[in-house]
Amino acid sequence: MSEFSPREALPRKLSRRKLITSGIAAAAGVAGLGVAARLAQKYGLIPPDHGGIYGLGETLTYASQRLLTRHSFAREFSRSQISKPPFPNEIPPLNETFKRLQAGGFAEWRLSVNGMVARPASFSLAQLKSYPSQSQITMVQCEEGWSYIAEWIGVPLSQILRAVEVHPQAKYVVYFSIDPDWWDSIDMADALHPQTFLTYGMNGDELPVGNGGPLRLRVPRQIGYKNVKFITHLTVTDNLKSFGKGLGSASPEGGYAWYAGI
Amino acid sequence: MSDVPVTWYHSRVSDSACVPRAISAVPSAVPTAVPTAVPTKTVASRHSALVRATHWITTLCFFALLVSGMEIVISHPRFYWGETGNVLTPPLFKLPIPASRNLVPTGYGYVLPDQNGWSRYLHFQSAWVLVFTGLLYILFSFLAGHLRKNLLPHGSDLKWRAFSTSIASHLRFQRPAEAEAWSYNVLQRLSYLFVIFVLFPFVIWTGLAMSPAFVSVFPATVNLLGGQQSARTLHFFVTLALVLFLLVHVGMVWFAGFKSRMRAMITGRAAKPDAEPMERT
Repeated sequence: MSEFSPREALPRKLSRRKLITSGIAAAAGVAGLGVAARLAQKYGLIPPDHGGIYGLGETLTYASQRLLTRHSFAREFSRSQISKPPFPNEIPPLNETFKRLQAGGFAEWRLSVNGMVARPASFSLAQLKSYPSQSQITMVQCEEGWSYIAEWIGVPLSQILRAVEVHPQAKYVVYFSIDPDWWDSIDMADALHPQTFLTYGMNGDELPVGNGGPLRLRVPRQIGYKNVKFITHLTVTDNLKSFGKGLGSASPEGGYAWYAGI
Repeated sequence: MSDVPVTWYHSRVSDSACVPRAISAVPSAVPTAVPTAVPTKTVASRHSALVRATHWITTLCFFALLVSGMEIVISHPRFYWGETGNVLTPPLFKLPIPASRNLVPTGYGYVLPDQNGWSRYLHFQSAWVLVFTGLLYILFSFLAGHLRKNLLPHGSDLKWRAFSTSIASHLRFQRPAEAEAWSYNVLQRLSYLFVIFVLFPFVIWTGLAMSPAFVSVFPATVNLLGGQQSARTLHFFVTLALVLFLLVHVGMVWFAGFKSRMRAMITGRAAKPDAEPMERT
């Protein structure tokens, strides 16, 4: 063993060589970070709430999961695994507009779509239901810890986006609830994902109000709160800065992460 | 090479802990540049800079994960087994604490403030730092011989006699011998190996198994555990095991000599009692 070398036993001094090598290493590190940041920006790996003390963790989570999950599917379950009864979480007090539409059997409910689209449109529930309906048996898991499995029936969001002809430069879909304080957004990878549904039915029936009826956005690869209830409006955009405080959704404004794949 | 009685001398040499064994390997012709006169009480290097840095970063991350994890649990202090669970399904067990959401029937007449937002942000950020720190530590352990020299028990330690002696001295609450400041005993080695290679990987696995996006890519990670709620329950139990380790670890540090052990883990240096080369435990 040559662990005892007299040179090293002498007190360490900051040699010129050491100074130069650490200088070069530091410069390379800074340059590397710069390149990484630019690449991440280019490939859409920076979440809108990347600022602040938790920005590092949030960016790592979003970037790594976005790279990993580009083509993955949320787990689907068998019919026998559907939770009975489906669990309706608490909902905020419903406003007058909602109650009026509910009294009319939601016949007047509209979903408007605008922004970076060639043909802005407004859909009634009947029009949405005229698209071939699809279903998925997936899990809703709340950030609190509870969960349930249900069959979700609706139309893939990608079909609606195709109908309105989204611009190729579009990066996000912002979605709004009838509750004016409740809105969120997803990137195009999630918006065009085959399991992202505008759902109007559950377990073979109408979607109950407690579960977000008449229209709820299902994003099964993300935690419950991304699945906004009572959807009335979608905006397609390439920049989230002009929405709310520019953090991508109402969640970061209330202290919650924009991306919720974990 | 025969064992020449070589005295201890100041060694900032080896970054690794526990140098005594190297003594016999020191060339008998000691270079003149090295001070040969050795005081009987010397200070030598105990923990390498990398071990110390990763130890304290891990400590910091663990506390952040623990506090934020408790805040998250408070929002639903019920645990289930299988895929799903909510207040309409029977729990495996409940924690007898109030909740931060009025959805949960806890029996308490009040609801704690909701802290989940920053808790989740902090939890995942600390997890990232912990994982990177852990990878660096593991890499170092393998490459620099830390694992072989300081963590893996020696063949002789694993003999039943040595093993039972160590257990007996622990049970008798015997204060560790001086030599143990320089080399982990066999139970200590096995505990550290268990924490590093079993508990930490398992707590990371059960954590990731709760992520809907992660399991969309690796569904086996949650299916093997029996479902998403099982993963959550297991995550809780592994955390309890880690907390138990922390309590015993700090207790043992206290027992063995809080000041000297803390000094060794902070400055990297520890006092050597005498010039005699010591036997390994």
